[in-house]
Amino acid sequence: MENNLKAGYFPGCSQTGTAREYDLSLRSVAEKLGTELTDVDDWNCCGATSAHVTNHTLANALAMRNIVQAEKQGLTEMVAPCAACYNRLIVSQHETQIHPELKKEIEAILDSKIENPVQVMNIVELFTKIGADKVKQAVVKDLKELNAACYYGCLLLRPSDITHFDDAEQPTSMEELIKLTGAKPVEWNFKVECCGAAHSIARKDIVVDLSKKILDDAVAHGANVMVVACPMCHTNLDMRQKAIKKEYPEHKEIPVLYLTELIGLALGMDEKELGINLHTVKFELKKETA
Amino acid sequence: MTTHTSTHASTIADEIAEKTFQDVSLCYQCGKCSAGCPVRYYMDVAPNKIVRFIQLGFYEEALKSSTPWLCAGCQTCSTRCPQEFDLAKFMDAVRELALEKGVKVKEQDILKFHKAFLHQIENFGRAYEVGLVAEYKLKTMHLFDDVDSAPGMIMKGKLKLLPHVIKGRKAVKDIFIKTAEKKQTKK
Repeated sequence: MENNLKAGYFPGCSQTGTAREYDLSLRSVAEKLGTELTDVDDWNCCGATSAHVTNHTLANALAMRNIVQAEKQGLTEMVAPCAACYNRLIVSQHETQIHPELKKEIEAILDSKIENPVQVMNIVELFTKIGADKVKQAVVKDLKELNAACYYGCLLLRPSDITHFDDAEQPTSMEELIKLTGAKPVEWNFKVECCGAAHSIARKDIVVDLSKKILDDAVAHGANVMVVACPMCHTNLDMRQKAIKKEYPEHKEIPVLYLTELIGLALGMDEKELGINLHTVKFELKKETA
Repeated sequence: MTTHTSTHASTIADEIAEKTFQDVSLCYQCGKCSAGCPVRYYMDVAPNKIVRFIQLGFYEEALKSSTPWLCAGCQTCSTRCPQEFDLAKFMDAVRELALEKGVKVKEQDILKFHKAFLHQIENFGRAYEVGLVAEYKLKTMHLFDDVDSAPGMIMKGKLKLLPHVIKGRKAVKDIFIKTAEKKQTKK
């Protein structure tokens, strides 16, 4: 294929563990679409929630070490499929760009200059870059049986003056993307509501409440699958359905797919290749769907 | 820490301004942030009131509240604020100051989770989930929470029994040391 995209890849910690199917499906789909992903050398944790809620200097330094690593490798753009990593990386880039004193401080900590030429993309932006035509041409399986609730959550969109990505209250980019596969996006109300994020372990009660509201709204609007772009959202919406079921025995389960898994299915890969068998709530396409 | 006085009124507000690059007086208390906050129900004080406490110099009330710790950082408030005041970032600074001033944090489990998470990064360069959960359980004594999920996660290869240690472990450790030193010199 000509005009193949080459991009850096910042996997993030979840992708090596709890969200390994997100990594697996992204790599498979990228390969199928002729996109060459280069991992950032010796990347470290972006600092996630725990750094920015306790020490803003630490948070910026941890995120920027990765940007500097990518910079040294000569990467000009890279995808961070985890919405939380994406957010930490672009926010720290932005902060160091507009506040020279902060930039100086972080450069001293890292003992390295920050040039900031690396453009960080989220997962939806990666597919936009690959091109709708290219994705559409590669589709071999019509996913018309799927009524999908696209869930954006928080960190893909906000803060909108830094992400410059979609509409912060009424986003539509994921819907546009999944339409290419024949899947039907449902109109629903909770696509930018928070699932409770990093409270998953310390305040599971909050996550159970918030995630239940989100899942219920999707089901009430006719969804038979949810689509997400963040490992933290996936943990809360998929894995936590076990705890939700315990608390609310009448809870109606709904499977939760990563965006890359849904696209992978349309490109003809099976559930196992994409790691969908690793989810808590089981998902399989109907066998008769051609 | 002094409360209810105006003599120290500028210090903490100034420190917040320094950490967040924004002036707390921007907020005119419309309350839109609290109206749309997904975790308001669990907090002891509405988010806009934390801003008001800081504006008026009621620092102790702000720093000891559970609100900043329960803030999920979703930034719905920051997105909707008519004054473009980044409340999520403000909450980051309030939490940071509560730790710097040695305030007893109400949401101990949340704090212990963050500390355990950061220890993994400090030691290995990346978040090591088994280490995180083990440390968190020991610190909080919530030993049996979620134990039913663990074996399945290990079988699925989602929980690795050994951490991945990055080559730049020392560089990451240095980041922790230097940012901690900065806090020491400021005290």
